[in-house]
Amino acid sequence: MPKRSDWFFTCLAWLSGTGILLTVAILVVFLLLRGIGSINASLFFGETPWFDAITGRKPVFDGIWPAVAGTFSLVALSSLLSIPVGIASGVYLSGYAPKRLRVFLGFAIDLLSGTPSIVMGLFGFTLILFLRKTIFPEAGTCLFLASLCIALLVLPYVIRTTETSLDAVPEHLRVLGPAMGLTKSQSIRHVLLPLASRGILSGVILSIGRASEDTAVILLTGVVAQAGVPQSLWGKFEALPFRIYYLAAEHKTPLELEQAFGTALVLLTLTGVLFLTAVFVQRSAEKRWKKK
Amino acid sequence: MIATSVSAVTIFSILFLLVYFSSPLFTEGRIYEIFSLQWQPFGGKYGILPMCAASLCLSLSALVLAFPPAIGVCCLIYALAPRRVAQFFLSLIRFMTSIPTVVYGFVSVFLLVPRVRDCFDGGSGFSLLTATLTLSLLILPTIVLVFHARLEQLDPTLRLTSEAMGFTAVQQVRHVFIPAAGEGLVIAAVLGFARAIGDTLISLMLAGNAPQLPHSLFASVRTLTSHIALVLATDSRSMAYQSVFASGLILFLLAGAVNLLIRKAAKKSGRSPHA
Repeated sequence: MPKRSDWFFTCLAWLSGTGILLTVAILVVFLLLRGIGSINASLFFGETPWFDAITGRKPVFDGIWPAVAGTFSLVALSSLLSIPVGIASGVYLSGYAPKRLRVFLGFAIDLLSGTPSIVMGLFGFTLILFLRKTIFPEAGTCLFLASLCIALLVLPYVIRTTETSLDAVPEHLRVLGPAMGLTKSQSIRHVLLPLASRGILSGVILSIGRASEDTAVILLTGVVAQAGVPQSLWGKFEALPFRIYYLAAEHKTPLELEQAFGTALVLLTLTGVLFLTAVFVQRSAEKRWKKK
Repeated sequence: MIATSVSAVTIFSILFLLVYFSSPLFTEGRIYEIFSLQWQPFGGKYGILPMCAASLCLSLSALVLAFPPAIGVCCLIYALAPRRVAQFFLSLIRFMTSIPTVVYGFVSVFLLVPRVRDCFDGGSGFSLLTATLTLSLLILPTIVLVFHARLEQLDPTLRLTSEAMGFTAVQQVRHVFIPAAGEGLVIAAVLGFARAIGDTLISLMLAGNAPQLPHSLFASVRTLTSHIALVLATDSRSMAYQSVFASGLILFLLAGAVNLLIRKAAKKSGRSPHA
């Protein structure tokens, strides 16, 4: 075994590691340098007093508040739709499903998680076309539709994390419920779910991050550049990632460009914080098992 | 507990709707029009082959670019680096997955595009090359995490044995671990490729979006995903719509094929694909 090739291999490995570190550092630092100056009250609320903006008394025209509100309602709605369904599915797959069914459903879930997000958006779009042809002639793309598609997009993650967290509960705790004379559903509810809760929670937080950053889905299901704060489930809306995309291509003034950098930094901070929270929750979950 | 059926139902309804809306293509014998090399909606030509070619080109080149460093980092994390450094790199890779795609694209528009424009006299700088560079950054964490999970599943005795035989860490990686996790390499590459094919924003923001066959690294190209986004964003005629549904169907079937492939590979090695 020639030593030189080993040495070469090691060098390459370290080089690629350093390269990646540098790239990410450049990306974040560049965004910080360009964006930090534009993060202030006027980035969010433009010329409108913040209290009036948040309570919705006055519309905001040149700030990103409507986009923040849009993203927030999108995430809240899609979480409402996906989290209960996802956790219930995970519980069913982990505890109740017969083996053959589990394999089949597992395949469906994998397929769903492998579906590109633009196809999920296209699905929402075709759904509207379909509804127009059949029952609702005036159906249009809207906040609710976008939430539905985003919920479908993150559903596989929630299901999988619930399933794996439940499967990861050690054997001696798994027999605890039945040993105490609980029925299967009681033991899942009062023993297994609380034990697996942190793993599930971290999965949920990560799925919220995904929901807040996806652009391709909302691009086809009702996001627009100027909609104001979302008024109803059936209206158009704004969103942070779309605003970044739109401004990158269409900024007309240096001011708008500054705003775009600020917005990008805000979104990165948001997903970063969500990521750190998820890591924190996950760590505390792992610590619990080590205390045997 | 009926909840799980939701995902199954969704899958079938996606397939149904896409087929339903692209069915006029097959029944009206227009299939040749779609699979042709010309996209000129005002000249009545609706070929999506250039987009297919661009998608393949872009994803493959991004994969080729991202794969070696990804495997390198994997080896660092698994065997070569000291523990703390390895932990740090793993966290860094996980953090990369949480960076929004739109932010990658946005930063590239202002950092990478001007550089490409200046360095290569490559027209506008919005080109296959720019998109490839950014996309490879996007799929790198996917490859790393998948392959790393596979390495973690290796029998721990393997490490002890090779230690006992006096292999150095590098020799262990090269002659024991990587061969032992061989199919993990394939699975990681396939998943990275799937991630690249499915991504919309990077190509939409950086590739230039001209519907033509990719003839050089500096050519402006349009992928299937950005084609869908672009056509639906501008109201166009019905035939253009049908080409969009065909694109969606192609992407969806590709995702399904990738899934089957990975299941086969995982079955062969007798492990679940989810670790």
